[in-house]
Amino acid sequence: MAHLTIEELPSEEYYMPGNALCAGCGESLAMRLALKILGWRTIVITVPGCMSAALIMGASAVPLLVGPFASGGALLSGVETALEAKGVKDVNVVAFIGDGGTADIGLQALSAMVERGHNVIYICLDNEAYMNTGGQRSGATPLRAATTTTPGGRLFRGKLQPKKNIPLIMADHEAPYVATASIGFALDYMEKVKKAADIRGPKYIQVLCPCPVGWGYHESKTVELARLAVATRVWPLYEVEKGRLKITYEPRTPKPVREYLRAQRRFDHLTEEDLAELQKLVDEGWAELKLKARSAEE
Amino acid sequence: MPVSRFIDGNAAAAYGVKLCRPDVVCAYPITPQTPIVEYIADFIARGEMASKYITIEGEHSAMMATVAAASTGVRTFTATSSQGLAYMQEGLFYAAGSRLPIVMAVVNRSMGPPWTILAGHDDAIAQRDTGWIQLYCGSGQEILDTVIQAYRVAEDERVLIPIMVCFEGFVTSHCYEQVIIPDQEEVDSFLPPYKPPYKLDVEDPMILTTFAPPIHWMGYKKKHDEAMEAARKVIAEAEAEYAERFGRSHGGLFQAYRCDDAEAVVLTMGSLASTTKVVINKLRELGFRLGLLKLKSFRPFPREELKQLLGNVKAVGVLERNYSVGGWGGAVFLELRSAFYKVADGPRILNFVAGMGGRDVTPLEIEAVAKKTLRAAQEGKGEREVEWLLGEIG
Repeated sequence: MAHLTIEELPSEEYYMPGNALCAGCGESLAMRLALKILGWRTIVITVPGCMSAALIMGASAVPLLVGPFASGGALLSGVETALEAKGVKDVNVVAFIGDGGTADIGLQALSAMVERGHNVIYICLDNEAYMNTGGQRSGATPLRAATTTTPGGRLFRGKLQPKKNIPLIMADHEAPYVATASIGFALDYMEKVKKAADIRGPKYIQVLCPCPVGWGYHESKTVELARLAVATRVWPLYEVEKGRLKITYEPRTPKPVREYLRAQRRFDHLTEEDLAELQKLVDEGWAELKLKARSAEE
Repeated sequence: MPVSRFIDGNAAAAYGVKLCRPDVVCAYPITPQTPIVEYIADFIARGEMASKYITIEGEHSAMMATVAAASTGVRTFTATSSQGLAYMQEGLFYAAGSRLPIVMAVVNRSMGPPWTILAGHDDAIAQRDTGWIQLYCGSGQEILDTVIQAYRVAEDERVLIPIMVCFEGFVTSHCYEQVIIPDQEEVDSFLPPYKPPYKLDVEDPMILTTFAPPIHWMGYKKKHDEAMEAARKVIAEAEAEYAERFGRSHGGLFQAYRCDDAEAVVLTMGSLASTTKVVINKLRELGFRLGLLKLKSFRPFPREELKQLLGNVKAVGVLERNYSVGGWGGAVFLELRSAFYKVADGPRILNFVAGMGGRDVTPLEIEAVAKKTLRAAQEGKGEREVEWLLGEIG
């Protein structure tokens, strides 16, 4: 497949500026870039979260439906089925839903929507906590990250459990297309959105969206953090098509995980042992991913 | 030609839905509503019904997928009961607040615990403040006719409010009766295709379920209430036109039976009305001046119409399958009393709580209810304002 170039990107904007989201918001970038690819024949679904706060106040130039927190998958199913009933075939139905609305409260509706095989795109804007309510832990919060409900203290150092792996759970649902992405790798992300739009059935993309407020870094560093997550292999970029996993970007010499963690206040409390533990976890995760990619090649 | 079929209440609902040609049906099974879901699946499988069917994974999603489909501008149907209705509650507010003309069959079953799968109106009554119209039916024929009328009322631009078509679990849902199924063409001419005033449309983009700042939020609710008021008229109009076209009437907002010269009236909803009718006829033969008022529309509550009709009656006994714990009465009783507040010589109003959790309500019990109400009419007082019909076991 020929790769996208910056010159080819459409100049049209469907995600409007001047909305309620913070300076340096990773999610804003993720919505703007995806809508550039999907274009005006798109209906957007969202549920409560930072993105809904922006979209509901007029950031969406395309039709928008907002529903209850748990209902993302159901809303996609309803809109897609109604369009099918009307014989409309050329409209993208896409959801922008946060990691809490995906990994926690909305998992049932998402799982069932994928199982039923609706022709939609589900984009999880992953900022790794409930940022809209001030940063509480979600199932997608990584191990040891401090949130307001998992503070970094003497007894408990941040979240005690690792991040729930929704992309692989979706791949095991046999969704025709599953991908991870990072707003720090814009063209890779947009190519994946484009690919998703061209495949029939339920598509799932989880895009890492750093959050200056929740993660604790300067708002000018969002893209840098999003790149660092990939460069340290904390957030590998891959896609799973018809069950075959392919790593779409491989950092030649991975940076130490410490570099990524030390750039964020949510990991301030980490001890040297914690850093070593997290490095080990990332290494193991990468090795496992490579194994999956290799077995897909064979 | 219309055909007469020997079917149960759930099938009557399903046939009614089929005649209304919804574009999207989305429902999740729950006893005693399950046969509706199955009958519709069968109609679709046999090619008798062209609806798209979402076999959804739970009631919260069922309501929200239905809301999403309706927001996309198509006619929709769903059905549930009891715990399922409660699980939907967040979506009920979405449907009503978004002013979507969804029609839903609610097969009434009491809320557990204690666990039960049997009749009670407490499930739907608990949802009275969600902003839905609630119509209570007592027979298969009434269910079928009401489903058809419900789409007409819900989709009326003066209304645009979702409607629950309610009927009791097993007592009505599983009871077989002869039901006349009208011609498709006749229904088509009574119910034109749905033309949504607003919808998700890429040609005309708009944000639905938008945010309302404090200066506007209450205004939306006021408009909703005004539409609910308008629905009283629209329900009556739809009923009148239906009666003219199809030759059957179930009374619209309510049905009064032998109320004209009655001293006392028993007021009830749904299937209890048919048993009460038999009792009233028997007592009339014995010279007791009793009437029956079968209330169909609980939301909107037809308070003005009821005040007018019951204004000259000396006592009303409200026999109902629900109770508001801590509220000292069933919902219909409390609302009726509230309607008559400040009416100087209004009727004495008694409450008889009965038939929840599937408890049988016998003709003998209803006879006692009727006689107690008549005694209150004649003596100007009742023994107790709220009485539970618990029989000997309790």
